[in-house]
Amino acid sequence: MAGQSPHVGLFVTCLVDLMRPSVGFAAVKLLQAAGCAVTVPAAQTCCGQPAYNSGDDEDARAIARRVIAAFEGFDYVVAPSGSCAGTIKVHYPRLFAGDTDMAKRAEDLARRTHELTSFLNDVLQVTDSKAEYRAKVTYHDTCSGLRELAVKTAPRALLGGVKGVELAESGGAETCCGFGGTFCVKYPDISGHMVDAKADDVIASGADVLLGGDLGCLLNIAGRLKRRGAAVGVRHVAEVLAGMTGGPAIGEGEG
Amino acid sequence: MESTSRTFEDNARKALIDADLRRALTKLGHGFPVKRRMAVERLPEFEGLRDAARAIKEDVLENLDFYLERFEERVVEQGGQVHWCVDAAEANQAVLAICQEAGARTVTKSKSMIGEEIAINEHLEANGITPVETDLGEYIIQLRGEPPSHIIAPAIHLSMDQVTETFRQCHDGLAADRELSEPRDLLEEARAILRQKFLAADVGITGANMLIAETGSVAVVTNEGNADLTMTLPRVHVVIASLEKVVPTLEDATTILRVLARSATGQETSVYTTFASGPRRPGDSDGPEEFHVVLLDNGRGAMLGGDFHDVLRCIRCGACLNHCPVYGTIGGHAYGWVYSGPIGAVLSPGLIGLEEAGHLPNASTLCGKCEEVCPMRIPLPKMLRHWRTRQFDRDLVPPASRAALKGWAFLAKRPALYRAATGLAMRLLGALGRRRGAFRRMPLAGGWTAARDLPAPEGATFMAQWSRRKGARP
Repeated sequence: MAGQSPHVGLFVTCLVDLMRPSVGFAAVKLLQAAGCAVTVPAAQTCCGQPAYNSGDDEDARAIARRVIAAFEGFDYVVAPSGSCAGTIKVHYPRLFAGDTDMAKRAEDLARRTHELTSFLNDVLQVTDSKAEYRAKVTYHDTCSGLRELAVKTAPRALLGGVKGVELAESGGAETCCGFGGTFCVKYPDISGHMVDAKADDVIASGADVLLGGDLGCLLNIAGRLKRRGAAVGVRHVAEVLAGMTGGPAIGEGEG
Repeated sequence: MESTSRTFEDNARKALIDADLRRALTKLGHGFPVKRRMAVERLPEFEGLRDAARAIKEDVLENLDFYLERFEERVVEQGGQVHWCVDAAEANQAVLAICQEAGARTVTKSKSMIGEEIAINEHLEANGITPVETDLGEYIIQLRGEPPSHIIAPAIHLSMDQVTETFRQCHDGLAADRELSEPRDLLEEARAILRQKFLAADVGITGANMLIAETGSVAVVTNEGNADLTMTLPRVHVVIASLEKVVPTLEDATTILRVLARSATGQETSVYTTFASGPRRPGDSDGPEEFHVVLLDNGRGAMLGGDFHDVLRCIRCGACLNHCPVYGTIGGHAYGWVYSGPIGAVLSPGLIGLEEAGHLPNASTLCGKCEEVCPMRIPLPKMLRHWRTRQFDRDLVPPASRAALKGWAFLAKRPALYRAATGLAMRLLGALGRRRGAFRRMPLAGGWTAARDLPAPEGATFMAQWSRRKGARP
C-alpha cells in the first residue's frame, strides 16, 4: 500500500448525520488532509447501539450485518465517535459469537475500525495542524471512547498542535455525563442530576469551550449548560482540529 | 428484606431531593475513590495483583466442588461443622437450629451481606432471638430499621446529626442532655452499649471474606475489631458465607487481601484481619466451643459457566459502588434490595427475579467505570446487557419502549426510507430551531427537556448534503 493513499470509509454516525453534519465534514477534511481517500457508503444509518443497549439483539445483529457489508473492502473505517466505533470494534464480534462466518467478518471490520482522533494520532501519526483556535478549552473523555478504546491522549495530542488552544483539564473529565443513550430517556431525573454535576465540573475548569469526541454526550452537556445560562460553548473536537469553528457552537443560535 | 426495586424510579426521585443523602454522597464521591487511587499509585504491582486475584478465583470456580469439600474436611478435622444450604430458607433454618440448640436469647453479629441476603435478623427475631449488629454502621441502621445502603459502609447515607438523633431515641436510661456532638461521643456510647451485648451473647454470627480450603479457616476483615469479639466471646461461632467465597490457600487469601482493602477504602490493609480455624482447642485461652459454617448456594451454583459466571469472582469490596456515577447520584436505598450499585444491578435480578429487579440493569449508562476499578475485573457492563437481552426476549420491556425501539429499528434497517424520514424531520427542526439554536421544550422529549435544552439540528442531514456535493463534483 506504500505510496497509495489509504481508503477510508467514513462511518458518519446517526447523531452527526442528523444533528450536526458539520462534524462529518470536519472529519472528511481531516482525513483528506492526512492523505486519505474518503468514501461515505450510502447504506449506513446507525451502528445499532439503541437496539443493542436495549437488549434487542436481533435488531442489533440485523443492523450490524448491514454495517459490516457496507464497510467491507476499505482499508480503514473511521467514526467521529468513541461510542459508535466502540460498538463496531468491541461489540459486533460479541454479537456474532455463535456464527463463525459473521464473527470473522465482524472481527475483520473491528480490526479496521477506529475512532477519529485515535486514527489521526495513533494510526496516521498526524502531528502538524494548520488550524488555529484561540480559546481556553476543557476536554470531556467520553466513556466508551475512554474505556473501550483507550482514547485519552490522542485528542489532547492533536489539540496540542492547534495554535492558540489552551487546555484546562477539569477534575471530572472522566466522569460520565449521564447521557448513556437510552438511559437519559428512561431515567431522565437521574440523568438530569448527572449532567448538572458535569456542568458544575466544566464551569469550574474555567474553560470557554468544552470539547469531546461523542456528539451524544456533547448534546447532553451543551443542553444543560444552555439551560443554566452558562457561557461555555460546546463543540466536537473535530471541528476545532479541522479549523471549522465559524458556525455556532452546539445549541447556540444564529440570531 | 422486602424488595422495593419495582418502584426504583420513585425511590430514585425521593433520593434526589433528600438533602442529607446528597451531602453524604458528595462526601463519598470525594472520599473512597481518591483514597483508592492513592493506594493504587503507591503499589506498582497493583494491576498484576488484580490479574493474580482474578486467576485465583477463576481456578476456584473451575474446581469449586473440590475446594469446598476440602474446606469441609479441614473444618471437620478441627472439630467444626459445615452446613450446606441450597437457599435462604435452609440457611436461616440452619442458623436458627444452632441458636436454639445453644439456648440462645441474644446473638451478636458482625457485618455480613449474606446475612442481609437471607434476612437472618428477621428470621431470628420471629423466633424469639434478639440479633445485635456490632459493626457501628450496621448497628446504627439496625436501630433505625433500615437496610444497608452500601456493601462496606452500610450507614453511609446518614449524617452525623441523624445518628445523634437515633442514639437519643433508642438508647434508654442515659442522661437526656449528654454530650453527643462529636463522632467520638457517638463512638464511645455505641462501644459501651455493644460491650454489654458482646458479653451477654450466646452465639456470635460473622460473615466471611474468604474460606480457606487448605486450612479450613475463615478470613474476616473489619476496621472495628467487632468480628473478633463476635467470634471469640460467645460460646458458639456461626459463619455464614456463600460458596464462592472459598480460596485454595492462605497464600491465595493474602493475594486477594492485597487488592481488597485498597479497592474498598484505599487502606493498604483493613485494621483487623482475622483467620479463625475451628472451635477452641485444648489449651487455647479463648475461642468458641462450637464452630459452624453455614454455606449458602442460593442460585450461585447454577450461575457457573453461564452468562453471569464472572460475577462469582466478586469479593464485595464496594469499589463499583464508590465509583458509579449513578450510585453516586441516588445512593444505595433506591436500588430497593440488599445489593446496590453495579454489582447489585447484576446480582439482584438473579436473586429476586428479573420481574422484580428489572429496572436495575437498565439504570446504568454503561459508562464502564465499575469494570475499570473492579479488582477482580468483572465485566459488569456486559452482564447488565445480558439482563437487558433477557428482559427483551422475555417481553418484560414496557410496551411503549418496545414499540418505539421496533419503529426505529425498522427505519434503521431501510436506509432509503430512513433518509427520507430523517431528512424531512431534520430540515423542519433545523428551520424551527436555527435562530435560538436549541429547544426548551419538545413533544415526546419531556424527559430530556426537563433538565436541559435540546440543541437544534443544523438542518439538512450529512447524508443529504454529501450526496448533493457528490452530484456537483463527481
